[in-house]
Amino acid sequence: MKYKSPEAIAKRPTLFCQGCAQGIINRLIGEIMEELDKVDKLIVTTDVACGAMNVIVWDYDTIVGAHGRPLPTALGVKKVRPDCVSLAHLGDGAAYNIGLAETMHSAIRNDNVVALVANNCVFAMTGGQMSATTLPGQRTPSTVNGRDCKATGNPFRIENAIGKLDIAYLARGSVDSVKEINKTKKMLKKAFEKHLAGEGFCLVEILTPCPTNWGLSPLDSMKYIREEVVPVYPLGEFVDREESTNA
Amino acid sequence: MAKTLMKGNEALAETALRVGCRFFCGYPITPQSEIMEYLSWRMAEVGGEFVQTESELSAINMLMGAAAVGARAFTSSSGPGFSLMQEGISYIVAADLPLVVVNVMREGSGLGNIGASQGDYWQMTRGGGHGDYRTIVLAPAGVQETSNLMAESFDLAEKYRHPVLICSDAAVGQMVEPVTLPELREHDINKYDWALRGCKPGDEIRTIQNVYFLDEDYENHLRQKYADIEANEQRWESIEIADAELVLVSYGISSRFCKEAVRNARSAGFKLGLIRLITLWPFPVKAFAEVSPSTKAFLSVEMSTLGQLVDDIRLATGCAHPVDHYGSMMALPETKGIIGKAQAVLKKVSG
Repeated sequence: MKYKSPEAIAKRPTLFCQGCAQGIINRLIGEIMEELDKVDKLIVTTDVACGAMNVIVWDYDTIVGAHGRPLPTALGVKKVRPDCVSLAHLGDGAAYNIGLAETMHSAIRNDNVVALVANNCVFAMTGGQMSATTLPGQRTPSTVNGRDCKATGNPFRIENAIGKLDIAYLARGSVDSVKEINKTKKMLKKAFEKHLAGEGFCLVEILTPCPTNWGLSPLDSMKYIREEVVPVYPLGEFVDREESTNA
Repeated sequence: MAKTLMKGNEALAETALRVGCRFFCGYPITPQSEIMEYLSWRMAEVGGEFVQTESELSAINMLMGAAAVGARAFTSSSGPGFSLMQEGISYIVAADLPLVVVNVMREGSGLGNIGASQGDYWQMTRGGGHGDYRTIVLAPAGVQETSNLMAESFDLAEKYRHPVLICSDAAVGQMVEPVTLPELREHDINKYDWALRGCKPGDEIRTIQNVYFLDEDYENHLRQKYADIEANEQRWESIEIADAELVLVSYGISSRFCKEAVRNARSAGFKLGLIRLITLWPFPVKAFAEVSPSTKAFLSVEMSTLGQLVDDIRLATGCAHPVDHYGSMMALPETKGIIGKAQAVLKKVSG
């Protein structure tokens, strides 16, 4: 089998840390756009921080939005250019901490946008502090003795918040193995297909490693996802509506 | 088009549509709610998009997306809601995006109250959010001028790729006056090459971002942009300043009382003049070059407790004359009060 990387993913050096999975995610986006023949229709809104570094990696028209607000920005894009593919690219801190109100209301309105949430359980760019998805007992620079759920609340699972809402699609994948990467690609592709069919809000969370802030090697980070993260954040599809009633 | 009677807020909303605005998003807050209420039904009639957002934070960032892909877009708010938009406006400035934000000013800091006031001058002319920036600020004093400035605001925003703020207030927004509106027209979302639209591999990609540390010439670009705006876009109205002993400086609703004060004072032999600011930034310093040698003092007339115009008047006059302030954040200025204060200031100067 001969692998050809997607054309829109540039061959320039990136600023990502060793072992970061952003490259895997970008390849999936690139492959899906080519398979759907929508390369020239994709407009991405990124968050700040690690995700914003994608502007030098991919050759898509891109807006770097404000922290936590790419979802409303992506809706503004979609409303003005209804034939485009409008992707909001966020992390767990953006989507579930500072931007949870925007995430909730995008889901409540069933906005026709795709949210891709890369969940690495920390605020990576700022040094790995606790986010809404930090694991119980996980040590971070703002939970130096490990996350104390009595004081900080429990890990946030998006399916508990929007899983009962009238949205088009909600799923969680992982990049810890080839098998999971392939499953994640199917989820993402389904989200984009539903988006193109005008079905409404699609959110795909992807469990990603952060070797730099976890203090683990790239390989051990993948093992950590399998053994520690997945038990807290189950993989699979939570909402897969045939046709949303208010789309 | 014939004149029609309209409320300031509704004339503003209708004018925006007529000059090609096809995207509005916003959140309710008195005294600007008529703008979003009007557009909630009217926008669809012209084929545009309306979104009632969950917050002003969401609104300003949604607006950023609509503007980034080429739409003429605006949002409106007041006081507390306008404060919530400041981070977004800072991002929009950094991204060189043209769009319009309306602030129908209300009273006070904090919650304050819903009545007319002019306490957001500093916030609107100094930037309001974080970082090195200012925005063009247009201040209408009536319904016709609200329509005129709203129509022009999109052209100005696009000319400089910069947000424009409309500084209205509860009185100007709520009053009903005759107005002639512009004819309805469309705006081409592909008019400007910078507008995002998607690209094929090999095409030059378009990026709307707000970090420029890789661009060596960025600071020169900024300095030039602001210098051009200051040189080209100062707007004001001067009334009876050729021989004025004291010049009132005012804008918005307060300036209408000043016009009456000038008339009444002059019919009693007291030579008052008025500089009415139409752009708050750039501050119309050119207007002050025309002031006569007979002018002994300036009086700021604004609905503010602290007198927010005073410093800018001092700067515009090189601190050559005394500058005093008349006004309350809680009450419209009174014509008699303006004249009385002007006389007291002159007496002090002469005394």
